[in-house]
Amino acid sequence: MIDFGFNLAPSSAVNLDEIDLSRYRALLRMEPDARICMGCGSCTATCTAGPFSGMSVRKVLLALERGQHVEVNRMLEGCMLCGKCMMVCPRGINTRHLILSLCRIKQEENYD
Amino acid sequence: MARKKASKKTEGRVVVIGAGVAGLTAARELLALGYEVVLLEQADRPGGHVAQWYKLFPDMSPTAPILEDLLSGVREAKLLCGVEIASIGRLGDGFNLILTSGTAISCSAVLVATGFRLFEARRKEEYGYGVYDQVMTNQDLERWFATGQDPRITGRDIRRAGFVHCVGSRDEKAGNTQCSKVCCITAIKQAIELKERFPQAEIWCFYMDLRLFGKKYEDFYIHAQRDCGIHFIRGRVSEVSEAIDGRVIVKAEDTLSGRPVKVSLDMLVLMSGMVCNPGIHALAGSLSLSVDADGFLRSRDNILHLNDSGQPGVFYAGAVTGPKTVPETLAEARSAALAIHRYLRGL
Repeated sequence: MIDFGFNLAPSSAVNLDEIDLSRYRALLRMEPDARICMGCGSCTATCTAGPFSGMSVRKVLLALERGQHVEVNRMLEGCMLCGKCMMVCPRGINTRHLILSLCRIKQEENYD
Repeated sequence: MARKKASKKTEGRVVVIGAGVAGLTAARELLALGYEVVLLEQADRPGGHVAQWYKLFPDMSPTAPILEDLLSGVREAKLLCGVEIASIGRLGDGFNLILTSGTAISCSAVLVATGFRLFEARRKEEYGYGVYDQVMTNQDLERWFATGQDPRITGRDIRRAGFVHCVGSRDEKAGNTQCSKVCCITAIKQAIELKERFPQAEIWCFYMDLRLFGKKYEDFYIHAQRDCGIHFIRGRVSEVSEAIDGRVIVKAEDTLSGRPVKVSLDMLVLMSGMVCNPGIHALAGSLSLSVDADGFLRSRDNILHLNDSGQPGVFYAGAVTGPKTVPETLAEARSAALAIHRYLRGL
């Protein structure tokens, strides 16, 4: 094939028909409150690790609902489990416990 | 201070234009104050939009008993349905109206309660209303909830559905810059009702902002998220097209993640906004009523004199001055009755 000097970048679009929601559903069974996030970003704003590691509870939940597992895994590694996000969530979501549950799901997947 | 008891029959006849919930409520109060009331309605029956709806937020109250209650209050009014006003003009201190049937009515005060019309969703061509059978409006869906009759839904199994907020509201290009106010909560209400009818369905709401300002609205939102699993995507739908399998493909940006999303749906509901009932604009001309930049009629001011048109003897109630919820409309109708009472008593 002739090299024209450029490549096609993969689409960044999320096709909701094709994404894998098994992890999201597994989390909902353990943490039903994961549904009630309204995306305000308080958790991200208060996160001590976020500015350095890219961790954001809001983005973890969103990426999970959109089936973006690589991003979820990357962000989970940046969490220190300090729980500050839990104190500022206006919907009262136990975000720390939620992240722990998600880590547990991830761990179980790895053993399979 | 000595209170004057209102006499059984007060002098004066009031014409109420529009027998929707605003007109009916104002008429009831005016009758209680002792006035003679003539209710004019263009449609064949009273009740306006509410008569076509199924349940009202925030208590999911069925509309039928509410309408029955409102109608029972106006039995002593003269209710003329299926009529149109040919002309209206001042006559002495009052007004003279002539209907297209030739009937003339004189009165001391006029209450304009002509309400709104739904934004014509066909004008937003990119959403495909009137082009694809899978696309319907909030009004179509509400009618289906009420009657069960709609070939677009009846007999189908809805597995995936979407709601598009702000169709023809907050839209400068469509000439409707203002927020229609009730569509956010209506979308959530209808999404919950749809989920009840089709428990297997996945439902997405595409919104620009969620404006859940009223009593219990936030509870609705949380219920939709937590108990019904309805997904909310912050982003305006950019286009709708038909897929080979008979579904529609909806494209939007998920602005919270900054990624484009697409999803194929069995059904898409457009939350059409409110525009002023265009029929009133001709009458507004003959009574020198001013029309606001948003197309609705302009009150004398928006704090103290919402019911006051600025023209002596002409008053407003309900959505003729802008989008309103049912309880807001009812409260305004009651206050309009008092404003008319004060005007006719020279207070």
